[in-house]
Amino acid sequence: MYDIKALYEATSVDHAVQLLLEHPQALIIAGGSDVLIKIREGSLAKVELVSIYKLDALRGITKEADGTIRIGSLTSFSHIHADPYIQKHIDVLGDAVNMVGGPQIRAIGTIGGNTCNGVTSADSASTLFAYDAEIEITGPEGVRICPISKFYLGVGKVDLRPGELQTAILIRKESYTGYKGHYIKYGMRNAMEIATTGCSVNVKLSQDKKTLKDIRIAYGVAAPIPIRALKTEEAIRGRKLSAEVREEIGRLVLEDVTPRNSWRASRDLRLQLCSTLAMRAFEEAVKKAGGEIDG
Amino acid sequence: MAEELRQYKQVTCTINGKKRTTMVDVRASLTDMLRNDYRLTSVKKGCEVGECGACTVLIDGEAFDSCIYLAVWADGKEIITLEGLEGPNGELSDIQQAFIDETAIQCGFCSPGFILTAKEILDSGVLYTDDELRKLLSGHLCRCTGYENIFQAVKKTMYKRLGKKLPT
Repeated sequence: MYDIKALYEATSVDHAVQLLLEHPQALIIAGGSDVLIKIREGSLAKVELVSIYKLDALRGITKEADGTIRIGSLTSFSHIHADPYIQKHIDVLGDAVNMVGGPQIRAIGTIGGNTCNGVTSADSASTLFAYDAEIEITGPEGVRICPISKFYLGVGKVDLRPGELQTAILIRKESYTGYKGHYIKYGMRNAMEIATTGCSVNVKLSQDKKTLKDIRIAYGVAAPIPIRALKTEEAIRGRKLSAEVREEIGRLVLEDVTPRNSWRASRDLRLQLCSTLAMRAFEEAVKKAGGEIDG
Repeated sequence: MAEELRQYKQVTCTINGKKRTTMVDVRASLTDMLRNDYRLTSVKKGCEVGECGACTVLIDGEAFDSCIYLAVWADGKEIITLEGLEGPNGELSDIQQAFIDETAIQCGFCSPGFILTAKEILDSGVLYTDDELRKLLSGHLCRCTGYENIFQAVKKTMYKRLGKKLPT
């Protein structure tokens, strides 16, 4: 038995909003692979929960008329990985979520829960940052859209106001068209692991595959929340592909990141990872985009 | 100390092919419900935090850790536990027999979970590579066998079901 004081089961998104307003102290439970673990640990004793797990309307991936890819917040990691749109347009996101926990965790874990949990190590988050994802939030005043970079407010804290829940993640056509990406998760073991540091890089190459029209570099566990290496991107954008550019990325990202010491790894190891993972992910992304780095 | 009010909910689901209804405490996990209300004790309580996979069951054909799945969510779902693999006269399924033949069982605690994940893998009808198979089985801990025999049992059954010859 879980130490739950009360469970309120939402039957629709509107009902969920109503329940959250009626019970402002209640937590939202989606798949529960974070919330139930915390209850088991005893850190949420006598918690009140609003369950949105049965809201099937929040499941599934669709392509909207303007080309936006819409991922319902309750879509599980395994369904995202298997989805044909994701495989075709943002395969790196499918790869990233396929590294979460193990198969059964990926069956219950939801992308909405992964992002609303507000932790820097979320495997989906760095790739969503790297694709300028937008968060659709539904609340008492209706629907609002928030860029993912503004959604994370701090450790374990996201921009959900009273009565609000995340209902979808949106990736705009211009954010994914022509981009190819690669995500690397560094951990001590392959399964059932939380990233020591993760890095997601995507690139858009010129027609002749020689120049970087755009580059986006994002990290998990390189700062208190997932981040983009914006200064590095700025410096590298528009450059010709070369081994020097790759090395430069490895150096420049150190200015963008602020990792910490934790029981999982030291700050020094994480700095080295930030540099090495960015170079490797960059190289893979370039390869996937049909480019070549000489040397 | 005053007794707190307990909250119950009626849950109707299909378990091993039979429609069943019971009242469950909303605090119960699916493991609690399957073991306590239905005496399906193949569903093991291991870590109870979704790490060891001993409590794995199939929900609508997908493997889930039943320990981190609220019992109330099972309403309307189709659930299969190891007991559901038994034939009409108590026969073992092919994958269970393979676990015996390959000595993939020692203490047996992880076996029901492993076998249900294997069922999902085998029912997909896909011929997986060794690496893919290892990844698909990675949500289970076994402290006896060292995994190799379990891996072989699943691999051999996969080839057998697909009518392919096992590469040597």
